[in-house]
Amino acid sequence: MPTYVNPDKCDGCKALDQPACQYICPNDLMTLDKALGKAFNQEPDMCWECYSCVKTCPQSAIAMRGYADVMPMGASLTPLRGTDSIMWTVKYRDQRVKRFKYPIRSTPWGSIEPYASLEPPSDARLGGPGLCGEDAWLGVERLPTPSP
Amino acid sequence: MKEPQVEYVDTDVLIIGGGMSGCGAAYEAAYWAQAHNYRVVMVEKAAIERSGAVAMGLSAINCYMGMKWGENTPEDFVRYVRNDLMGLSREDLVYDIARHVDATVHMFEKWGLPIFKTEDGKYKREGRWQIMIHGESYKPIVAEAAKTAVGPENVYERIFVSHLLMDRDRQRVAGAIGFSVRDHKVFVFRAKAVIVGAGGATMAFRPHAVGEGLGRIWYAPWNTGSAYSLMIQAGAKMTQMEHRLVATRFRDGYGPVGMWFLLFKGRVKNAYGENYEETQAAALQDFLPYGDARPIPTPLRNHQMLLDKQQGRGPHFMRTDEALQALTAGLDPKKVREIESDGWEDFLDMTMSQALLWASHNIDPAKEPSELIMTEPYLMGSHASGTGAWVSGPEDVSPAAYHWGYNRMTTVRGLFAAGDGAGASAHKFSSGSYTEGRLAGKAAVKFIADHPDAPQVLDDEVASIVSDLFQPYRVFEENAAATTRADINPNYVFPKQALLRLQKIMDEYAGGISASYMTNEPLLQRGLHLMSVFEEDLNSMAARDIHELLRCWEVRDRVWCSEAHMRHLLTRQETRWPGYYYRGDYPQLDDEHWKVFVNSRYNRDAKEWELTTEPYIPLIP
Repeated sequence: MPTYVNPDKCDGCKALDQPACQYICPNDLMTLDKALGKAFNQEPDMCWECYSCVKTCPQSAIAMRGYADVMPMGASLTPLRGTDSIMWTVKYRDQRVKRFKYPIRSTPWGSIEPYASLEPPSDARLGGPGLCGEDAWLGVERLPTPSP
Repeated sequence: MKEPQVEYVDTDVLIIGGGMSGCGAAYEAAYWAQAHNYRVVMVEKAAIERSGAVAMGLSAINCYMGMKWGENTPEDFVRYVRNDLMGLSREDLVYDIARHVDATVHMFEKWGLPIFKTEDGKYKREGRWQIMIHGESYKPIVAEAAKTAVGPENVYERIFVSHLLMDRDRQRVAGAIGFSVRDHKVFVFRAKAVIVGAGGATMAFRPHAVGEGLGRIWYAPWNTGSAYSLMIQAGAKMTQMEHRLVATRFRDGYGPVGMWFLLFKGRVKNAYGENYEETQAAALQDFLPYGDARPIPTPLRNHQMLLDKQQGRGPHFMRTDEALQALTAGLDPKKVREIESDGWEDFLDMTMSQALLWASHNIDPAKEPSELIMTEPYLMGSHASGTGAWVSGPEDVSPAAYHWGYNRMTTVRGLFAAGDGAGASAHKFSSGSYTEGRLAGKAAVKFIADHPDAPQVLDDEVASIVSDLFQPYRVFEENAAATTRADINPNYVFPKQALLRLQKIMDEYAGGISASYMTNEPLLQRGLHLMSVFEEDLNSMAARDIHELLRCWEVRDRVWCSEAHMRHLLTRQETRWPGYYYRGDYPQLDDEHWKVFVNSRYNRDAKEWELTTEPYIPLIP
């Protein structure tokens, strides 16, 4: 199901140095039509339907239309992603609607301190098999080695 | 064509690919690098926040021992993986991932990945090795840690790495070269150690949907096999390139089946209501001793379903209706609603189109079953498949023949592999790939501490590659005038056209879906001939913009992988993994002669492939 862009909502992310969808698309699909000033999917048959662009679009301008060769028409699936949860609205072809909400992160964005409370690295430990912080993180007293 | 700008980047550690293994490598290397002030640089063709196979999210972590609760030992895991791979794994590598992986998962939770818990505070299990997560933001969380660890100034995004660069001595890796996917610009990375954390190969084989749905395959379509093509061209020894993954998944959407099988106890039945694992049980006896293993190895389960299909008993259905009705019988509506929500989350966290497919077909999973299908083959080293580089194992675990100085170092000095790129150690999945990246990241820092001298990139080689990189622009410019219709030109093909030609060859000659995964020596010889002609025509690929240029080089990645795959298929004269592929001329499994690894090395001076076998050395009784 490739993405498509609603021209009434898309403003081409004029305030940013590139459209948010273009920044995020893992497959280099979303790009800007410079003449129109709006985004579009330049290679729909390479779209994995990963929804990265749909979730990130600040105007909620991007949606999916089921692959023409695979999906019956008329259904839709729409995310609303917040900072700690995501809400999905599933609309069936027969107009039934289901809503689901799931947590996505239990800490604030930007809060990761990669090596917090770890001792600094030493060359002595660089030669051994232990990974950084494993003393604290592994959950067992020592790193296993195969029983002889 | 305008000359591109060329930027040089000098670093100590270079990490290619910002997926799970690349992020793990970045996290670990940046920690150990602090003691020596080494620079750690990551390069990624997309944006790390949503790149690699986990870009879309995941609903489970499939590799977690639970050692702190005494749930499993690394030895247990090795025995499981050994059986699933029909006897052939680098048990030292599998063991190494298993003994470290729990620490990785515990960190993920601390960073903010929500993990389902049981009432007594343990991780909720979906199966013996799998835990359930709310993983919509799995990748952005892991990416945040990696970017913070190396520093944003060391993250190079939207750069496609096309080649590794070798030292003047031709024995040691010296860096990598690639082009910007945004600007007309080349990047030359000069490094003392390089970690390949790039992806496995999709779309070498023709998928089921070939129209607009071409991209809706099971594995990420942006994984184009550069993990293998980069290392093959650098002369690294590769292993199990004949191996592949054929996944049985929900039809058309390719949504996950693990939760339905393991947690919801769903059964798969054929169109006549038969459980094919029971009705086709005799087929397991043809592949002993692995046919007696439980759980039934993944390829053998495929084999049973394929036989059933060939006997005209399909389609096959996951009986979601029976499973949900059994699960929810007598429960109060709130509990029923929770189960329904978990079932949908399994898709919505990681394969949204499967949820859309249910909605499109008006399917209520509690009332009607859903069809399953077997995918086209993928080359990958992280799932139930072991394609990748032949790498050194850890000093304190590996037998002498499997250890040459630095954990996860390939046979090229200073070149490390992890995730899809490291072979013969399947079932890593996301957490194991990250963990393997960490192992490689630490070992790469150790390598540099031991070999602080900088290798030398050759200017001639750089100039030659820069010229090659933009050849598709020149082809277009020189030939565009020959036609009134750009996509039909006697002198060039566009990369999509080349991709479809590759898929046709692989599907028909190397055991794709239209051949029911069957091949033999004459088919493979013919396929290799067609590939050699195709490879000549790759020089006539044309590109009109950077996006098409990217696609040209992705096709080349897939071609390297495909050729390696066929040469390995040809070498192994047995059928070890029925359900993944069959050698019609050698239909039996042959432990006596072929319980060995098939390895290859591409000699780029002679332009020849050298195929060898390496002994399998068991580690765990």
